[in-house]
This record gives sequence, structure tokens and C-alpha cells, in this order.
Amino acid sequence: MTTFEAILLTIVTASTPLLIAALGELVTERSGVLNLGVEGMMAMGAACSFAAAVTFDSTLLGVAAGMLAGVLMAALFALVVLGFAANQVGSGLALTIFGLGLSGLVGAPFVGARRDPIAHIDIPVLSDIPVIGRLFFEQDLFVYGSMALTILIALYLTRTRSGLTLRSIGENHTSANALGLPVWRVRFWAILFGGACSGLAGAYLALVYTRFWSPGMTAGRGWIALALVVFAAWRPGWLLVGAYIFGAATVLQLHAQAAQFGVPPQVLSAVPYLATILALLLLSLRRGRAVGAPGSLGVPFVPDR
Amino acid sequence: MRFELTPRASVSPVMRALAPVAAFVTAFLIAGFVIWLMGRSPVAAFDVYVLQPLSDPWSLQELAVKATPLALIAIGLSYCFRANLWNIGAEGQYVIGAVLGSWLALRTHGTEAGAWVLPLMLILGVVGGALYGLIPAFLKTRFGVNEILTSLMLVYVAQLILDYLVRGPWRDPKGFNFPQSVTFDPSATLHPVLEGGRVHYGALFALVAVLLTAVILGRTLFGYRLKLTGDAPRAARFAGFSAKATTMAVFAISGGLAGLAGISEVSGQIGQLQPSISPGYGFTAITVAFLGRLNPIGILIAALVVALTFIGGESAQILLKLPLDLTQAFQGILLLCVLAADALVSYRIRFVTRGGGK
Repeated sequence: MTTFEAILLTIVTASTPLLIAALGELVTERSGVLNLGVEGMMAMGAACSFAAAVTFDSTLLGVAAGMLAGVLMAALFALVVLGFAANQVGSGLALTIFGLGLSGLVGAPFVGARRDPIAHIDIPVLSDIPVIGRLFFEQDLFVYGSMALTILIALYLTRTRSGLTLRSIGENHTSANALGLPVWRVRFWAILFGGACSGLAGAYLALVYTRFWSPGMTAGRGWIALALVVFAAWRPGWLLVGAYIFGAATVLQLHAQAAQFGVPPQVLSAVPYLATILALLLLSLRRGRAVGAPGSLGVPFVPDR
Repeated sequence: MRFELTPRASVSPVMRALAPVAAFVTAFLIAGFVIWLMGRSPVAAFDVYVLQPLSDPWSLQELAVKATPLALIAIGLSYCFRANLWNIGAEGQYVIGAVLGSWLALRTHGTEAGAWVLPLMLILGVVGGALYGLIPAFLKTRFGVNEILTSLMLVYVAQLILDYLVRGPWRDPKGFNFPQSVTFDPSATLHPVLEGGRVHYGALFALVAVLLTAVILGRTLFGYRLKLTGDAPRAARFAGFSAKATTMAVFAISGGLAGLAGISEVSGQIGQLQPSISPGYGFTAITVAFLGRLNPIGILIAALVVALTFIGGESAQILLKLPLDLTQAFQGILLLCVLAADALVSYRIRFVTRGGGK
């Protein structure tokens, strides 16, 4: 394998957690709920999955634990923003602060432990295509899963009745409620789905990407996932593109740091964050103000009887 | 069974005042449960977290020291939150304020410069924080970029800038390669209010900010304008208040106060620049602002209460071997409880059995 191919491979691994977390948040936001707790749910997913994987020596149980942690965190968020109609921005932020703290408690006993790499699945014939073959058809299950999930979510949102219900609730919850659509129930499940995806993304970070746990290892990826949803204008297809651009930016800056161009490493470390701001800026320049945002996004829902 | 929210016709002021207290008690019970789950005694933890710091004069001073940055930042944030604008990058504005103010301290190091150094450092701190806070505000007003994400991303950038400076150009050449600047000269140090005490003049800045804000919010047109912009943006437009000008103003105010908190902490408390100059004050201040119900006096009380969790957390780490992360988790849960309690004040909760009312 050439260095070039190796770099491309790491780009796929770096992009996958961003894509998975952003897909979950996209569904949540399409139902009209803004959950800023992605970073916290991801951190909990990473810590719980790693703890479970090391304790039971099972990647599968680790992944399950990570997703469960994400779902439980999301359920807490749902209770506060749906049950109490609390402010969504504040509650999401609180969820992130809480998740980052709690993940430190969960993960602390497992600092220093390591997991073996997980198996890569070779798709016959296709993996023999030069460059692209190794890149996309000789990957781990999560990579295939994230691609499939992108397609499934795109189909669900545009081609199913349930997806239409979810979108209409996100566009205008008052009208949807007047039509008799179950606003709370749909949002509840959408929030839980978002939590499961964030937990899974965290599990991927800990079990596949780094294969160890360290405090604060999510390093703002949850926030970048949130930005990706805006960047993709709430469309799953664009999310895939955005996630890979950001994955590439992250990996390339790491390689640039290793190559020592004489640029301070901190400048390169700042690239993903600055790129996020730049991407949001360019998007606003091109399309005007927040095109594609669900109409009821972030507005607490209280039916007027 | 599920429950349903109905808006209350009138909100009693007693409930409004009691909501944060109820939230705090709830958060404490949850934290106690978590500590119990971890196999420790919640009673012992309560003793270490709350009772011991409050019964020890040294800790009481420490309380004021920790509450100072929290109150300064939270007061600034209350301007933003009142106008329904989300500056969540106070941590970055704090760092940049500290960096810009420290630049002068390092520049004048060992030059016998006069008494003008310290005031100018503080002003630079305010300017640095305000300018850094204006970046997301400018991007929002000029290009419609969401301020939540940009202000947060800039926190990471600010921390990297500080990291670069203390490991690179600003590192103390005689510091055995430790990533830290030289220790500030006495002329660049914010002195204790009482001789030999720990509480520095930053605490007075916080008190002044509280009082000024109480006057501005309660007695001036600007205060009314913020309230209107937050509660009824359309009405604010009809009244001729420019939303853009309001956005720039509140970000400059909150950034400036965060910057002042940053330079006060470095010059009054730490005494030099290090890679880390805050245990997350900028984020915790969000909890403080809401716990204080965005009210200046409330924020002052909330800052002292939350500062207690920092001090309690430090002693619990030593005495009970409870990790510091517990403090952060508690602060997160506390904010969730506060926001939920706020909702309880404005809505009545009714339990409905299945089938009854949609």
C-alpha cells in the first residue's frame, strides 16, 4: 500500500464518525428539534463503548453499549425539551457539558487500555479496482453501514409516509398538530434516533479510529457534525459530501503536522475549526439565509389546546 | 399516561424565585444518587462539597476568587441571552482577553514601567474579548451565519492561539522548557483587596458589573430594547430598534466582560500565562447565567453557589478520590434542571391518561 492510499484510507475512517453523528442529528432536526448535545452524547458513546468492549472483550457489546448510552442521553434531553418544553439551545448545551463530565467518570478506569483493530471486509471484484477499490470496498462494517444509512435516511425522508409526517412536523408543528399528527411521539423517536447515531459515532471513534480512550477525545467532532447538517442544507446526500471534505481536512492537517513544514502545529490543528466557520460563511454567501432549515427548528412545542 | 403543558395565566413571583432553588436541590439529589452508584457515601460527599468549604475562612476567600470570573462572564452572557442571542464562545473571549492583556505585561517585563501598565492591561483585556466576541456577531449580522456554531468553534481556535504562544514565542527562556510565560512584574499584577488576602480586585469589577447591569437593564432604554428584541423581535423592529446593532452591542459587551475576567484571572490569580488558564469558566458561566435567571443579583448569588462546586470538587478529589469530572457533570445536570424548572414556572403540568385530550 502506498502512502497516498494509506492517507485516503484514514480519510474514510476520519469521516465516518462525522457522517454517522450528523445523520442522526439531521433526522432530529428535520422533526423540528435542535439538539446541541451531539458532542456530549458522542463522548458518552465513546466512553461507554470502550468500557464495555474492554470489560467483556467484545466489540459488538461495546458498540451496543455506546448506542445505548447515546439513547439514554437523548431520552434525558427529550424529557426536558418535550416534557417540559424547555429551551432547546440551553438544554442541548447542558447535555454536552453533562456528557463530557460523565464520560470522564466512565472512562477514567480504562485509560491506557487498547483494543485490537476490527476486521475489514473485502468485497470481491470491486476491491480490485485500483485506488477506489481499496478505499471503499475493503473497509470495516461501519463504513458500509454509514453509506447504507445515508441512502436509507434519504429514502425514508422523501419516499415514505412516515418520513413525510416527520418533515411536516418539523416544518410547522402547529399545523401538523391541527391535522392530528403525533408531534410529541415523532419528535421523541427522532431525538432517540439522533442519540443512537451519536452514540454509535462515539463508539466508532473509541473502538476503530483511536482504539483507546482519553478524556475529551471527541475534540469538537460533535459540533462539527452539527455544522455539517447546516452545511448540507438538511439533505443526507450533501451530508456525505460534507463529512468527507471535513474528514479529509482533519487527516491532511495531521499529515502536514507530521511533515513539519515549519508551520506551528497549533495553526494546523485549528484548520478543522476554521474550515467549519469558512464553510458556514460560504454557504450563507451562496444561498442567503439558512435555506432548507425546518420551519419549526428549535421552537418549543406547546399545543394551544 | 403522559403529561400535558398548559400556559399559566399569571406567573407568581414566589415560584419564579423558588424555581432555581428547586432545580438546585433536584440536581443535588441526582448527583447524590450518582455518587451512591459509584459506591461512595453521598453524605460524606455533601460534607466535603458544601459544608466544609462554607465553614472554613480560607475556602470562603477561595469562593470569592472562583466566583469572580463566573460572575463577570455570566453578567455579560445575560445581555446576549436576554436578546435571545446565543454566545456560547465566552471561553474563547476569556482566553483572547487574557492573551491581549498579557501581551503588555510581557512587553513591559523588567522595564520598571509605571502604574499605567495594569489599567492598560485591563483595557486591552476588555478590547481583546470584545473584538473576539464581535467575530461571530459580525458573521451573523452581515452574512446570516449561525452564531452558536461560530462562537463555539472560535473557542478551540483561541485555546490553540494561547497554546502556541506559551510554547513558542512567549515561553519563559529561563523556565526549564515548561510551557509558561515569565511571572508578571508587580506593576502588572492585580493586587489583593485586603493585604495578605486572596481576593483580588477582579471581585470588585464583578460587583461593579452587577450593579451597572442592574441599572442598565432596569432603568435604561437599552435594557428595554434587549428585552423587546428577545421576547418580541417583530415588535422591536416596529419600534425602530435595529436587530443588527443590538447583536453587535451584546456580543461586544459579553466578549468584553469575558476578556476582563480572563485578564483579571491571569494577572490577579495565576500570575503568568499557561496553556490552560480556565477550568471551563466560560461554559460554566452559561449555567450561572440561567441559574441566576438572567438577573444581575441572581447571577451574583448563582456565581457564588456554582463556585462552591468547583472548590468542593477540588477537595473531593483529594479527600474522597472523586474525579473532577463529577463537577462538570453536576454543572450540566444543574443547567438541565434549571431550564426544566423555568418551564414549570410558565406552564402548568397536567397528567392525562391515554385517550384524554391530544
